[in-house]
Amino acid sequence: MSAGPVPVDAGTREVVLRVWRGDASGGREVEYRVPVETGMVVLDAVHWVQGHLAPDLAVRWNCKAAKCGSCSAEVNGKPALMCKSRMDQFAAGEPVTVRPMKTFPIIKDLVTDVSWNYEVNKRIPPFRPRPGADWRWQQSDVDRIQEFRMCIECFLCQDVCHVLRSHELKHEFAGPRFFVRIAGLEMHPMDGEDRSRFLKSEAGLGLCNITKCCSEVCPEHIHITDNAIIPLKERVVDRFYDPLKWLWRKITGK
Amino acid sequence: MEPIETHEHDVIVIGAGGAGLRAAIEASSHGASVGLVCKSLLGKAHTVMAEGGIAAALAHVDPQDGWQTHFRDTMKGGSFLNHWRMAQIHAQESPDRVRELEQWGALFDRTPDGRILQRAFGGHTWKRLAHVGDRTGLEMIRTLQDRGVHQGLEVFMECTISRLFKDGDRIAGALGYWRATGQFVLFRARAIVIATGGIGKAYAVTSNSWEYTGDGQALAYEAGAELIDMEFVQFHPTGMVWPPGVMGLLVTEGVRGEGGILRNSKGERFMWNYLPEARRHEYAADEGEARRWVEAAVAGKQTQDRRPPELSTRDNVSRAIYTEVREGRGSPHGGAFLDISYLPAERVKKKLPSMFHQFMELADVDITKAPMEVGPTTHYVMGGVRVDPDSAASTVPGLYAAGEAAAGLHGANRLGGNSLSDLVVFGRRAGLSAAQYAKALATSPTIPAGEIEAEQRDLLAPLERGSGESPYEVHRALQECMGRRVGIFRTQQDLERGVEELAALQARAGKVRVEGSRVYNPGWHLSRDLRNMLTVSEAVTRSAVLRKESRGAHSRLDFTAMDPALGKVNMCVTRKGGAMSVAPTPLPEMPAELRALFEEKS
Repeated sequence: MSAGPVPVDAGTREVVLRVWRGDASGGREVEYRVPVETGMVVLDAVHWVQGHLAPDLAVRWNCKAAKCGSCSAEVNGKPALMCKSRMDQFAAGEPVTVRPMKTFPIIKDLVTDVSWNYEVNKRIPPFRPRPGADWRWQQSDVDRIQEFRMCIECFLCQDVCHVLRSHELKHEFAGPRFFVRIAGLEMHPMDGEDRSRFLKSEAGLGLCNITKCCSEVCPEHIHITDNAIIPLKERVVDRFYDPLKWLWRKITGK
Repeated sequence: MEPIETHEHDVIVIGAGGAGLRAAIEASSHGASVGLVCKSLLGKAHTVMAEGGIAAALAHVDPQDGWQTHFRDTMKGGSFLNHWRMAQIHAQESPDRVRELEQWGALFDRTPDGRILQRAFGGHTWKRLAHVGDRTGLEMIRTLQDRGVHQGLEVFMECTISRLFKDGDRIAGALGYWRATGQFVLFRARAIVIATGGIGKAYAVTSNSWEYTGDGQALAYEAGAELIDMEFVQFHPTGMVWPPGVMGLLVTEGVRGEGGILRNSKGERFMWNYLPEARRHEYAADEGEARRWVEAAVAGKQTQDRRPPELSTRDNVSRAIYTEVREGRGSPHGGAFLDISYLPAERVKKKLPSMFHQFMELADVDITKAPMEVGPTTHYVMGGVRVDPDSAASTVPGLYAAGEAAAGLHGANRLGGNSLSDLVVFGRRAGLSAAQYAKALATSPTIPAGEIEAEQRDLLAPLERGSGESPYEVHRALQECMGRRVGIFRTQQDLERGVEELAALQARAGKVRVEGSRVYNPGWHLSRDLRNMLTVSEAVTRSAVLRKESRGAHSRLDFTAMDPALGKVNMCVTRKGGAMSVAPTPLPEMPAELRALFEEKS
């Protein structure tokens, strides 16, 4: 049997890593020279700096396998998980820039205050099973909403969304992460809650003008706009703007 | 000393993985005010990485299954060093805990008749693991997280607990610091639940995150609790070995559960050579039978064929791969080949999606076309805080422990899938007991004031020292020592040297210097976590010295057989006069009706 593809060891080379260092009062990019091994990712490079040159360099991480969504940052200007950003994707000789997510307040270096997201989540009406539901359903029901439940809460979609990033409308817009969350609840085969009023008012779903930036940065490849946001928008339209349904509800009181 | 932010709760839960969340939910639903403290952001704990599934004898796929078989498998997997009562409770209650998760909104894969689907796993007689593809842990933690948040838990994220306090002999509270600001925070509590997970960061090659520094075991030990079974560290057989940046990253046992085959560089399917004789009859006799078993599993059919040899227990598979590599039959990067590419590509992508992406993106390997290279990685500690099986109470009044931080359920080796079920079964029991204990206390305990200040001074010392080495240096040296002296195969000489080296490292750790301020300073955080890692490493090593036999995950090159006398004792670690003491304590005896379960089988 064959040994499978064995990557050729490129040998150790050095890369210039420009890391944003600072806090809420300001900061700047600091250059570090980092030896790069085959298969190394940006998070490894940041850890190398931490372990050898700057022990107080602040960075969040946990799993190193794109499963926990902790190490979100902007690598060469692009929102990405550092644990999934291979060093060998960058042109040799070019510096690699790592900055914190822009949409959230800085705590220190690459760490931002993402607590707002947890506050939004608290307000979402939770899973509420339909009374008397038969707890049997098909694999196809699971497959249909698997996608939404793959979200690892890296908040990169929140970071890139212009409603939050440029217009700073955190007080009236829940953001793509939570539309994904709500889609996962709304399409759960057993769920009996109606979140359309929440979506329309508190979550500000109407503010999304479907530019799909969120879908592009999602490390889990969730089709946030097409599969979560647009169907939810349709639900809200059906619920509040369909004249026939409005009339039906008036008559039946439902 | 600065004035301290103070919170008062009936119950403080330390750790917000599956066990901590489940404990907090239970305590809160019994009317206790609960504070949940975690080192990372909520939802990032290690549970999120669990892939394969949660073991529960639901008997949806194999109707022959039942709690008795699950109990038997767990005891056999643990080489009978498990606390029988914990194994019994676990096997009996895990089906209810799985159904409860479903009722709280978790979605598991389905059987054709619409019930929870179950897959095969190492050491489990029947298909037993409820799962969602290979992201079961994520589904579980999100479900628990949302349940907890909407139940009104107060969550303290990115907050590290550094010391427990007692009023006389009972728990009174804990001191911690906010990682973001470095400011201290005091928790006054009637009861504390430890759910801090494992110790993997004491080793260099590990599937564990930075959080796994043995905090709970060390805090409990310092507070006077007993630790048992610390010598049993599970090396998961399949971690990634290439490229270097991802070394140790977990490859789910689900790959083997779905039919993954292990081969050496000569193309030999070596696992047949390593099956223990006593259990050989449980496994397929040849390639043909193993293939028929996989075909039946893919088709969702019952079969009389026995499972492939790759589904042996983790301790055994780890030793097998290690031995193949040591004897010169390893893969190019020092592992074994794990091949699932003979199955249809669509099946692999559907059942193992995150493995597919992990190898594609981090190693340039398409697992639907080529084998993975895998080798052992430090994964889990079977040992931990000794608890009462029914109440999860430690030997310190008011202190409880659950999940990986507690000991007893898994004995000498944990079966895959038994961890997620452990979290919810004993997390629930710990939360319930802590709430009841807190309610029954007549008066609130008080924390001796001097101890709070002493701990603050201790914490700040590395920032105030004018000189000293970096904590990262000492951490690297510790990992090197543990890997070399206390790894998969152990000897008396290595272990004794390990004890000496750890003493030297403890002295170095006491003199480290940290640069920078208290604001989100990982070097400073490590200086404290290091103390915990050294404490648990010493416990692992000293316990391993005394266990002069090979059992489960503890393999001695100088004592290769099991010693029946040692099968009747746990190594118990306690603090006596400021020093660590380890001594054997008798294992509780299994009642006759449970013993009969083994006799009728053999």
